[in-house]
Amino acid sequence: MKIHEHQAKEIFRKYGLPVPRGYPAFDVKEAVEAAEELGTWPVVVKAQIHAGGRGKAGGVKLAKSIEEVQQIAAELLGKRLVTFQTGPEGLPVSRLYIEEGTAIDKEYYVAITLDRSKSKPIIMVSASGGMEIEEVAAKNPEAIITHTIEPFIGLRSYHARELALKLGLPKNLLNKAANLFTTLYKIYIELDASMVEINPLVLTKNGDLVILDAKIDFDDNGLFRHPEIMEMDDPTQISPLEVEAKKFNLNYIKLDGNIACMVNGAGLAMSTMDTIKLAGGEPANFLDVGGSANATQIANAFKIILSDPNVKAIFINIFGGILRCDRLAEGIITAAKEVSINVPVIVRMEGTNVELGKKMLQESGLPLITADTMWEGALKAVEAANKQK
Amino acid sequence: MAVLVNKNTKVVVQGITGREGSFHAIQCKAYGTQVVAGVTPGKKGENVEGIPVFDTVKEAVEETGADCSLIFVPPPFAADAILEAVDAGIKTVICITEGIPVNDMLPVKQYIKKYYPDTVLIGPNCPGVITPEEAKIGIMPGHIFKRGKVGIVSRSGTLTYEAAYQLTTRGIGQSTAVGIGGDPIPGTVFADVLKWFQDDPETEAIVMIGEIGGTAEEEAAEFIKSYVKKPVVAYIAGVTAPPGKRMGHAGAIISGGKGTAAEKYKALESAGAITVKNPSIIGETVEKVLKGNL
Repeated sequence: MKIHEHQAKEIFRKYGLPVPRGYPAFDVKEAVEAAEELGTWPVVVKAQIHAGGRGKAGGVKLAKSIEEVQQIAAELLGKRLVTFQTGPEGLPVSRLYIEEGTAIDKEYYVAITLDRSKSKPIIMVSASGGMEIEEVAAKNPEAIITHTIEPFIGLRSYHARELALKLGLPKNLLNKAANLFTTLYKIYIELDASMVEINPLVLTKNGDLVILDAKIDFDDNGLFRHPEIMEMDDPTQISPLEVEAKKFNLNYIKLDGNIACMVNGAGLAMSTMDTIKLAGGEPANFLDVGGSANATQIANAFKIILSDPNVKAIFINIFGGILRCDRLAEGIITAAKEVSINVPVIVRMEGTNVELGKKMLQESGLPLITADTMWEGALKAVEAANKQK
Repeated sequence: MAVLVNKNTKVVVQGITGREGSFHAIQCKAYGTQVVAGVTPGKKGENVEGIPVFDTVKEAVEETGADCSLIFVPPPFAADAILEAVDAGIKTVICITEGIPVNDMLPVKQYIKKYYPDTVLIGPNCPGVITPEEAKIGIMPGHIFKRGKVGIVSRSGTLTYEAAYQLTTRGIGQSTAVGIGGDPIPGTVFADVLKWFQDDPETEAIVMIGEIGGTAEEEAAEFIKSYVKKPVVAYIAGVTAPPGKRMGHAGAIISGGKGTAAEKYKALESAGAITVKNPSIIGETVEKVLKGNL
C-alpha cells in the first residue's frame, strides 16, 4: 500500500525526524489557511499523488503570496497530474500539502528496501539527491553507497555513521545523520514498510539536515498489524474498478486493452495476458479469482469486467485444481442470469471435474465459445473482439 | 530417485485441524503420502481421519519419526510455525501459507541459513512438492501428474499444473515438481532446485517457470551456465505486466525498472536455456528436446 507525502512526513515527525512545517489541504480555502498558519514566505504547494516525478510535471510550486497560493491551489486541485511514473492517464490531485520553504545547499538520497537477492534489507545513500535514483544508478552507479543490513542486529549507529562519513556530510551533523538513518530502519521494521525513501534529504543554507520529500510503501501482508496505516489508504489513487474488486476479494488490475480475462492463479493470469498479446490482442485486465472462488465471486468478477467499457470479449482460462471446473461452470451460469453479458465469452478449462463442467456449460444453452488450450482460447478471443469493433 | 520427497517421507501437517489443513492432509494421504501426524496446539489426542494430532512439532517428531512438515498455519503465526518445525529437527519444511509479512521472514531465512544449513524450506506461498506416484506434499491436483523424467520448478502454482498437464497428456512423466512460491523471500530459489535436478539420475530435462519481479531467474541463469548440463526449458510469465503493479504474488512486481520478463529471458537465453514465449507449447518443446530435435 502507498501513502501520500504528507502522511509519510506525519509518521517521520512522530519518530522525531526533522521535517519542515506543513499542513495538508483539500480545497483552496484550506490551502490559504495553511499558508497563513505557516506565516512565512515562500511556501511550497505540493500536489499529493501516489507517484514520483511531481516536480518536473508541475505538481510542486513555490508561492510568495496568498494570491499565488490561491492561484496554484485552484490550478492543481481536481487536475490529473501526469508524471513519468503515472502512465498517460495520470493520477487525480484531490489534496495538496502546503509546506514552509527551505533554502537548499545540497541534496542527498536515502532509502531502505529489501534486497531480494540477499533476502536482507539494504540501505542506499547518495550525494546525488533530488534526481531519480534509477537514473543515477544507470549513469553513475558508484555514486550510490549501499550497506546490507543483517536482520539479527539491525542497522547500528556505527554503520550509520560510516554511511554519513562516506556521504561527506559536515562533521557536526554526523550524529544527527546517523540517528536519522537508524530511525528510518526502525520505521521500516516496526511499520512493516517495503520501502522508505527520502529524496531529497537536504543540507540547508543554515547548515541543518531536513527531509524535503518522503515516501513510504507498506507490505500489504503486514497491514493487519497496523490499522492506523490502513486508514491512510486513499482510494482516489487507484482505479474505481480496482477498489470495487478489492471488496469482493478479487485480485484485479485494469489495463488498456479490450480483451478481459478471468483466471485462477496469479502466474496463469499473467500468462493469459501474455498469450492474448502473442495472439495479436491487448489484455483489458489482470484478474486472479483465486483457488477458492465460488459462484457469487465469479458473478462479481463478471460485473467488474463488464463495467470496463473497452471490453469487447472475455477469455476465461481456468486450470481446475482446488477450484473445480463444475464449480466454475456453475458460477458462469449463475452470472449469466444476474448480469447481461453482451460480449462474446471464450472458455478454456482443464483439470479437476472438467468433463462435468463442460457438460454443464453445454446444457446451459449459453452462447459460449469453447477452446481446448490457452493458445486456441486466446486466438478465438482476439477474433471475437475484432468482430465487435 | 526423484528429489526432496519420496514414498519414505513421513509428513507432519502443521495446522491440521483448520479447514485447509484437514482437507489437504486427507488428500495427500489418499494420494499415498505417509501423513503420520498433525499439529494444532491444544488439540493433542484428537485425530483427523486417523492421523494423530499433537500439541507441538517436537512431540510429533518424537512419537512418529516425521521428517517433513507441511504448513497451513494462518499468516500471523506461520513464521513461528516454520521455526518450530526447523528447531524440532524437521529436514524438509513446506510452507503453503500465503500472506506472511515479509519482515517476519527476514530472521527466519537467516536463522535457517546459519543454524540449519542442511534444512530445506520450500515456500512460503507455494503449492508444495510432488514426486508423482510416491508422495504428494501440497495442494496440487495429483491426477494430472505422472511419473517420469522431467523435473519441474516454478514460482507459480497454476502454471506448474499447466506445464505438468501438457507433459502428462503427451505421455511425458515428471520426476518431481517443486513449487518454490511467489513471495519476495523464498526459502528455496531456482538455483537450489536446478542443482538437485542436475544431480538426480532420474531427471533428464528440466522445466523452469519464472515470473516478473526480483532477480531469481537471472541468478538461475548464472547457475545454469556454471553447473547444469541437462536441457532446461524456461518460460517467464508477465511480459505484458505494467511496472509498479503487484501482479497477485507479493514478489511479482517490476520496481525501479528491475525484474522485467525481457531481462530474464535474455539472461536465460545467454545461459543456453531453451526459452518458450508461448506457455501453451511448453509440453511440445520438452517433447522435442527429449527426442533430440532441439
